[in-house]
Amino acid sequence: MGMIPARFDYRQAGSVAEALQLLASCDDAKLLAGGHSLVPLMKMRLVSPSTLIDISGIAELQGVTDAGSVLRVGALTRHRVVERSQVVAQHVPLLAHVAGLVGDPQVRNRGTIGGSLVHGDPAADLPSVALATGATMVVTGSGGERRIAASDFFVDFLETAVGPDEILTAIEFPKRTGAGFGYEKFVRRSMDYAIVGVAVQAGEQPGIALVNMGSVPRRADAASRALASGAGVDAVAALAADGTNPPEDLNANADYRRHLASVLTKRALLAAGYR
Amino acid sequence: MSTIETHTTRVTVTVNGREVSEEVEPRTLLVHFLREQARLTGTHVGCDTSNCGACTVLIDDEAAKSCTVLAVQANGHKVTTVEGVGNGSGGFSPVQEGFRQEHGLQCGYCTPGMIMACTALLAENPRPNEHQIREALEGNLCRCTGYETIVRAVQWAATNGGAGEWA
Ligand SMILES: Cc1cc2nc3c(=O)[nH]c(=O)nc-3n(C[C@H](O)[C@H](O)[C@H](O)COP(=O)(O)OP(=O)(O)OC[C@H]3O[C@@H](n4cnc5c(N)ncnc54)[C@H](O)[C@@H]3O)c2cc1C
Ligand code: FES
Ligand code: FES
Repeated sequence: MGMIPARFDYRQAGSVAEALQLLASCDDAKLLAGGHSLVPLMKMRLVSPSTLIDISGIAELQGVTDAGSVLRVGALTRHRVVERSQVVAQHVPLLAHVAGLVGDPQVRNRGTIGGSLVHGDPAADLPSVALATGATMVVTGSGGERRIAASDFFVDFLETAVGPDEILTAIEFPKRTGAGFGYEKFVRRSMDYAIVGVAVQAGEQPGIALVNMGSVPRRADAASRALASGAGVDAVAALAADGTNPPEDLNANADYRRHLASVLTKRALLAAGYR
Repeated sequence: MSTIETHTTRVTVTVNGREVSEEVEPRTLLVHFLREQARLTGTHVGCDTSNCGACTVLIDDEAAKSCTVLAVQANGHKVTTVEGVGNGSGGFSPVQEGFRQEHGLQCGYCTPGMIMACTALLAENPRPNEHQIREALEGNLCRCTGYETIVRAVQWAATNGGAGEWA
């Protein structure tokens, strides 16, 4: 018969204001964007919200706009749209590149950038892009708008700074036009989540961020600092796993993940143009 | 504890050009809506965990895994299943014919999903190279063929009419 979610009430929100209203009036509600993290969890009954508030039709949260020094990406922009966006490819090429590596074409057709970030999975790809580029999350609640730096956004395993009655509306990526970048995603099958991944953003404020190297998506702080102070690729790569507490699973133990983090950091640095 | 009431909601989907409108529970998955309400059993459930792609259909002409989409999410949209592709007069679409010519299937379980993923690929990129074909099919698993013949089936279709047309 198959796996089906527990029962829930379904509501649709046509605007951010309406979604906030519904969030405030329903106990134990969850927002539904692309559903490509939430629906699998609900099918396994790991999550059973009483109400789903479908925000996927909110037009104001879709698409990419050039806002001067930053690109503003609406939270509901699907991976496929980000991957193909000319303006993203031009100004934040790391983001366009990594969006194209999320899951498979079917997943990218449905999943959204906001859902991926709020889900807060340490094994997900896009959080590392937000961290490496120094993006800012724009969050709206009944008290108005808050802006949260990516480095303060990922709080714990599958937990972010977005409160239960708040909505992530947009992500602002500082433009990195013409700057080098690298992304290394180590997988056994191409559609899988990364066993380890490393994102490198070159330029004036360089950043290195890690995928699946602990309970939260995180920046490689020591390595990022070394890079900013002009250290060579080998020295930077050697610091990649500093301060991490990588998970152990059937794909890799912690030592192997630390080793991968170094090797992949070096590759990503070389791809970004560092020597 | 109070008993949980079963709320239903009306879901109307244009499936292969035909409007299907049914009262269903919000938790109904699109794949079940297609198989049980629309009575189209060409779309298969393989893994039921978003991995295998056997349940792939087109939603507004884009490939999606229908085991990972709620039927309500397709409300008001257009869905194309393997029953909806063909040559318009009961015969095969170029992609389907390619699978026949190049032996792109053995047991056939993955085939409906493969056909839909390949159709979406060719609609977007009529002349994919081998690498692009393999990348486009990364979300579709086949336990039988080893993929070689599936790649050849797509190449056959690319040179014999492409994606074809559907409602
Ligand atoms: C087979 C498969 C493979 C995948 N592979 C990868 C991969 O390789 N790399 C990767 O990074 N990801 C992968 N994913 C996950 C995919 O990227 C998801 O699309 C993404 O994680 C969630 O986005 P969504 O829009 O589907 O969110 P949903 O599932 O709708 O929501 C996820 C969570 O975020 C909340 N939420 C959503 N939007 C908002 C918002 N705007 N404001 C506040 N809260 C919000 C929801 O309430 C929910 O808790 C994969 C998924 C599948 C099914
Ligand atoms: S049944 Fe949907 S992906 Fe396997
Ligand atoms: S033909 Fe048997 S799974 Fe593909």
